[in-house]
Amino acid sequence: MSIIESDLLGQPSAWRLQALPIVSTMIGSCVGLLPFIATAPVIPPFGLLMALGWRLLRPELWAAWMALPLGLADDLITGTPPGTAMTLWTIIFLGLDLVDSRPMWRDHWLDWWIASVSILFCAVGQWAIGYFVSGGGALWPIIPPTMLAILCFPPIARLCAALDRWRLAK
Amino acid sequence: MAPPRHRGRGFSRRIQYGLFFGYVAAAMGVVAGVALVLIARFDPLAFEGIRGLALDATTPVTAVTRPIVRGGGSLAGEIGGYFNAVSENRTLHARLANAQRDLIQARVLAFENARLKRTLHLVGDQTVPIVAARIVGSDLSGTRRFATLAAGTADGVATGQPVRAADGLVGRIAEVGSHAARIILLTDGGSAVPLRVVRTGEAALGEGRGDGALEIHSTTVGGPGFQRGDLLVTSGVGGVYPPDIPVGVVTGTSGEIATARPLAEPAKLDFALVLPQVAAPPPVEAPAGRKH
Repeated sequence: MSIIESDLLGQPSAWRLQALPIVSTMIGSCVGLLPFIATAPVIPPFGLLMALGWRLLRPELWAAWMALPLGLADDLITGTPPGTAMTLWTIIFLGLDLVDSRPMWRDHWLDWWIASVSILFCAVGQWAIGYFVSGGGALWPIIPPTMLAILCFPPIARLCAALDRWRLAK
Repeated sequence: MAPPRHRGRGFSRRIQYGLFFGYVAAAMGVVAGVALVLIARFDPLAFEGIRGLALDATTPVTAVTRPIVRGGGSLAGEIGGYFNAVSENRTLHARLANAQRDLIQARVLAFENARLKRTLHLVGDQTVPIVAARIVGSDLSGTRRFATLAAGTADGVATGQPVRAADGLVGRIAEVGSHAARIILLTDGGSAVPLRVVRTGEAALGEGRGDGALEIHSTTVGGPGFQRGDLLVTSGVGGVYPPDIPVGVVTGTSGEIATARPLAEPAKLDFALVLPQVAAPPPVEAPAGRKH
């Protein structure tokens, strides 16, 4: 309740309200730029995790089309073929809208399940598009980072919640 | 927790229209995304400009933080080194004595080799590197294996040029910005290198597996096959990679196929040389069919 009250009474700046989720998601995409050089994929896709965290925490924050610019930014930052994350993220957001339209009880566990399915879809989709565009190798190397990404979702959701508190604070 | 109060609930025309057009925009965006993927498939150089720009914009982040990470990574190894200093010292002394003898032998051979080449008037194995540049990072999360090089078109780097480090071949240039380039590593699933086994001279093809190893296929029928420990060098066939650059060591065999570990371990690289692409003669025209 305190969140809603502070939202009504004190006015956080519009910049903070709108831009913080977007900027934090793009910073998430940039985590892949950390200067380790890896011969096998190791780091989970933090951009996707942040986007999912915000979307599941605040369903009313972004319309489904918001995944397009975020996905395009992720593509350009990580160097995947342009259109990969753009397409996959938007399909995920549309699917989440479909899930939200079903009246059912939601809790953290269900959100985790939904996020896991989304992460799995995105990982396999990314591999398939990579394979289609320029030949990608075996499927199994994507399994460890995908498992890690699924395990990383709860802390990322907490991070989004903490950022959200600050976003809406007076 | 009750189901979320979704933005669709309400009787406001304006909100409902806004929602509808939002979905239309998203669906059109998906179509546009698929179109981009198709363009990337059939015209790989279509987005070179914008991707080069993005590469230039993101490289400084990586370049600045790289020394910190390298320092942190080697610290653990250095502490561990103290615990077996004595035995390591003995092994190294023995190895050094061996290496001295081999070095003298190698110098004699190199001299003889140069003399023989001169008598035969053999040309075409001098490759002068285009530029030496720092490797600043790699894409960690994607399924492809790329590394970023801190040199671009301004330094004469172009797509397709081979890249090597002191230890061996690293890969080839996949994309170029004006001050940064993306290297497709040997271990990437889309990379293939024509190789030669040093022990037998057998021709082979090394393909990346995407998990840090190379898969080696023999290209000759009934050859002597691979052994664990075989050294692989580029054969220079096909004209992308210059000949005789060390590539990897065979770590395991199963029938005609072997796995190999690349000699230039990308995680430990700091500098790399970009080599000019070796000119290849144009492909022979396909034989024309019988005309009726």
